[in-house]
Amino acid sequence: MTSLTDPQRGSFRLSSLLNDTRYRSMTLQVIAAVVLALTLGYLYSNLMANLQEQGLDISFDFLYSPAGYDINQTLIDYNSQSTNLRAAVVGVLNTLLVAFLACVTATVFGVIAGVLRLSKNWLVRKLMAFYVEIFRNIPVLIWIIIIFTIMTAVMPAPSAFRGDTPSSSMLFDLFAFTNRGVYVPGPYFTRGFGGEDGSWINWLLVIGVLVASLFATRAVSARANDKQAKTGVRPKTFWLNLAIWFVPVIVLLFALGLQWDIPELRGFNFGGGIKIGGPLIALWFALSIYTGAFIAENVRAGIQAVSRGQTEAASALGLRPRRVMNLVVLPQALRVIIPPLISQYLNITKNSSLAIAVGYADITATLGGITLNQTGRAIECVLLLMLFYLVISLCISAVMNVYNNAMKLKER
Amino acid sequence: MSDTHAESVAFVRETALPPVPPPVAERGIYKWGRENLFATPLNALLTVAAIYVIYLVLAGTLPWILGGVWTTSSLAECREVLDGRSAACFSVLTDRWNQLLFGFKYPPELYWRPLLAFVLMFLAAAPVLFFDLPRKLLFFTGIYPFLAYWLIWGGTIWTPIVALLGFVVGYFVYEKLVHRSFATGFFGGVIAALAVWYVGGLAIPDLARITSGLRLEAVPSRDLGGFMLNMMLGVTCVSLSLPIGIALALGRQSSMPLIKWICVIFIEFIRGVPLITLLFVANVMLAYFFPPGSGVDLFLRVVIMITMFSSAYIAEVIRGGLAALPKGQYEAADSLGLDYPQAMRLIILPQALKISIPGIVNIAVGLFKDTTLVSIISMFDLVGMIRGPILASTDWNGVYWELLGFAALLFFIVCYGISQYSQWLERRLATDHR
Amino acid sequence: MKKSVFLGALTFAGLAAGAAAAGTLEDVQARGKLNCGVTTGLVGFAAPDANGEWNGFDVAVCRAVAAAVLGDPTAVEFIPTTGKTRFTALASGEIDMLARNTTWTFSRDVDLKFDFVGVNYYDGQGFMVPKALGVSSAKDLDGATVCIQTGTTTELNLADFFRANNINYEPVPIETNAEAQQQYLAGACDVYTTDASGLAATRATFENPDEHTLLPEIVSKEPLGPLVRHGDNEWGDVVRWTLNALITAEELGVTSANVGDMASNTTNPEVARLLGTEGNLGEMMGLEADWAKKAIMSEGNYGEIFAKNIGEETPIGLARGLNAQWTDGGLLYSPPFR
Repeated sequence: MTSLTDPQRGSFRLSSLLNDTRYRSMTLQVIAAVVLALTLGYLYSNLMANLQEQGLDISFDFLYSPAGYDINQTLIDYNSQSTNLRAAVVGVLNTLLVAFLACVTATVFGVIAGVLRLSKNWLVRKLMAFYVEIFRNIPVLIWIIIIFTIMTAVMPAPSAFRGDTPSSSMLFDLFAFTNRGVYVPGPYFTRGFGGEDGSWINWLLVIGVLVASLFATRAVSARANDKQAKTGVRPKTFWLNLAIWFVPVIVLLFALGLQWDIPELRGFNFGGGIKIGGPLIALWFALSIYTGAFIAENVRAGIQAVSRGQTEAASALGLRPRRVMNLVVLPQALRVIIPPLISQYLNITKNSSLAIAVGYADITATLGGITLNQTGRAIECVLLLMLFYLVISLCISAVMNVYNNAMKLKER
Repeated sequence: MSDTHAESVAFVRETALPPVPPPVAERGIYKWGRENLFATPLNALLTVAAIYVIYLVLAGTLPWILGGVWTTSSLAECREVLDGRSAACFSVLTDRWNQLLFGFKYPPELYWRPLLAFVLMFLAAAPVLFFDLPRKLLFFTGIYPFLAYWLIWGGTIWTPIVALLGFVVGYFVYEKLVHRSFATGFFGGVIAALAVWYVGGLAIPDLARITSGLRLEAVPSRDLGGFMLNMMLGVTCVSLSLPIGIALALGRQSSMPLIKWICVIFIEFIRGVPLITLLFVANVMLAYFFPPGSGVDLFLRVVIMITMFSSAYIAEVIRGGLAALPKGQYEAADSLGLDYPQAMRLIILPQALKISIPGIVNIAVGLFKDTTLVSIISMFDLVGMIRGPILASTDWNGVYWELLGFAALLFFIVCYGISQYSQWLERRLATDHR
Repeated sequence: MKKSVFLGALTFAGLAAGAAAAGTLEDVQARGKLNCGVTTGLVGFAAPDANGEWNGFDVAVCRAVAAAVLGDPTAVEFIPTTGKTRFTALASGEIDMLARNTTWTFSRDVDLKFDFVGVNYYDGQGFMVPKALGVSSAKDLDGATVCIQTGTTTELNLADFFRANNINYEPVPIETNAEAQQQYLAGACDVYTTDASGLAATRATFENPDEHTLLPEIVSKEPLGPLVRHGDNEWGDVVRWTLNALITAEELGVTSANVGDMASNTTNPEVARLLGTEGNLGEMMGLEADWAKKAIMSEGNYGEIFAKNIGEETPIGLARGLNAQWTDGGLLYSPPFR
């Protein structure tokens, strides 16, 4: 706020600290600084007094002592003798995993529902409105519990697959859907590099080939564009692209000797393959379908924000509907959709902390749950927990700011 | 001309034909159905799929709901009545109705007090929500928080009266002094209010002894529970966070770097962490930050944390409102010679707040839903009652759908109602003529 | 308190600094109420009934202490705590004592600075499986999925047991007993593990309790007992000796029915000392002479409390086992009252 009052010259009186615009902001800031320092000092002295009274201290040594508990889903090696720090890292990775998965599916749900809400079909429109309202107006915690309960109650237990006449059977003999999780075939290499432990080298190779394919197809497209610009005729690139995408990778996988580890019933559980745990699925699904409802509204608002004149103008230029969508509507709608979409991603990450309600081992359940319970180091655990979420949020905010700056309307 | 014409033609219709109804396919339900349900083959497919989905959902739930049992006193009894049929045991709702709404500790003979506070809440909120109502009602809105506090917690009436008196005295001092400068008025008002509270605080025990008739039975805040707790947390925290949110938003726009950075750090910190971690702070950490032995109870600690949480979000909404105002408004205020507090109070905030109302309502709905998280820190709100005492009791161990469905329904009604209001308001406030 | 709550909420001016903490005993007597931390709901040990009254084995200890200190077994404020919050609640002074099936361990006693005043229930972690699974020993559980109720030492014991026996398992940690039980009944886990007493209590609420069995292995020692803050020994003594009074009363045959009778015309000197008709034990602790009498009258002696809340006549149906008097081959052994 700029003030246009002329500064008075000359005499300085005590009251001019408050009344003179030259000094006032300085005075206020000094007051604010003093109040802030006093408040923080007061809180700190209370904390110290309380800790001293109870003979406690602040120490992060517990992070390096053995955690002592097991975790059912880990992305890195972990056992009960690993340190609390490693348990926290397992939790961090699990948080990131479920957040990433939920972001992807929530976007899919949201885009589908958002587009269908604008459908010409009355019934579909109403159905999607119902979906959006019912999910937006009921707390996500209730949804997580309901979906977890539904999963447990509706899906068959592994024992249902047992016996001579099992009441459930595997899908195509490849996938098993149970209330403990979904078991899918897991790939492994028989002729890979580095034997058992070196499988990540093989996966790196596969990813490298795919990236190379991506660049190759882009080069093909660029050539085609070039040719189109020169001659007006666009060469057919579809089959070529298809070949570039699939042939190298299939050859590579064959060379490495790809095999599938099919899940089968062993003892109490299914063994083999990859297990996607029930808590993960419940949380993933609940977060996606809940946040999808919010994203649907963002998508709808974004599409509606593009004025009809734009579509009509594009049609008048002779563009076909698909190109109208790709070249005119989407770029403008995305400008409106993406910022709220990113903050929905942020919400997903934060809401994933409710994993604690379904027993999924995210950071809140490991560091802020069992580790806190067992070590009693409440202050340290909660501080670390908040620090982690803060870092994630700041990263996502940074991405958002970069995007916003890039997409800012270039105004004169 | 017309004469010659008449002779050359054999027949001329002299009246217009009566209008014929459009063909069957072009009117009524046929037309509507064709255009809205079966416009294209893809559309028709979608319609069929949608109908199938609706059928599946209804077939799965309707018999279960309609066949529900309402009058048994335990799950075992209910299963006996159902006799193997698959249907709902709604009797858990009738049996534990009061617990679901008020928690298990609130004295049953005092249920009228929160109920009365609940009804009065509508009266207090009405003038805020609907601008057409007489402004005089705002007087009641001002009194309501103190009245509601007294009704719900009970105790002597002098506590809320002294609190109210502090505000009133503070306001009058502010009015007296504000013409000298805003800062003098503001700080004078705050000091006067603090003085009244201090003196009043000393006098309350004596006043309470003299007038023991004006006393409601006191209820400690850990006895609050059920849906009442959700409502109270939601209402209290949103109303407390509004002024704080405005201050934070103004602070973030301030030209004073220190104040700006304090606000930015506070807002970004709060918005960066999940509410559940803040509740952990309230539950396991905050007690360490109070003076030893002060024993601040859990409810107050949770209110403090949720208020901080929602004020950061409200600050961002209001900042959006401030940013949406044309620059000309700021410049016009300056050119009138208004100082900063005047410009804010008279020109900027009234407009900015008006723009922000729908956003604030959205935050309020979100916050109200998030009050269910207190169940994770062992408070018995609606979800906490369900997950804790009710499902743990021998009588109702194993009833999930009825209870969770009830909770979902209750939240849906409240949140949907508020969001409908917000949409109505948005239409009402739409001042642009697009 | 009420005033400061209100003003604090309104003004954020912070709270007037409380007076320096006096002894807990004086605090409780001044307040006229005992703040006792209990679980959020475990049938038999501490759970609110349909009228919101707390009942159970741990609850009875709280009531006995309240009766001994304040003369009124109903002058208790029960504060539900979770596994996460219980220690903070006690450390920060929110509660005066914690009677929430909490295991007495070295680190809790030493590192977390609490005093366990005794043991009111000798428990151990057990396993429950459906009979249909055909498992007769926990060592057959290789590869099983195990539901754990979090918040106690359960996770650690489980990890230790399976590691010692070199068995694989998949833990499913669940927050509340009700949800863990739902998972178990739906077959999402093969085994449910928590304290054996808790398993029995849970099984009692099943539709078909007979279809489930407890495995013979008890994989841990879980001495559960009330605890207080470290360093306040006067208060610790009050809780410790109230518990001992309940145990001694059973040993000496003092029940809630005959306690009045015994107090006036007993010939046994220890009973007389216990009930305050002889000696000045109550005075030494800063309590009334008949403190133990009131404590026993509130809910009965140890045996009565056990029988009423978790004994074989109740749906939970626990046998005395280790929790019998030392004279009957159990572990309950109270130091003498003299």
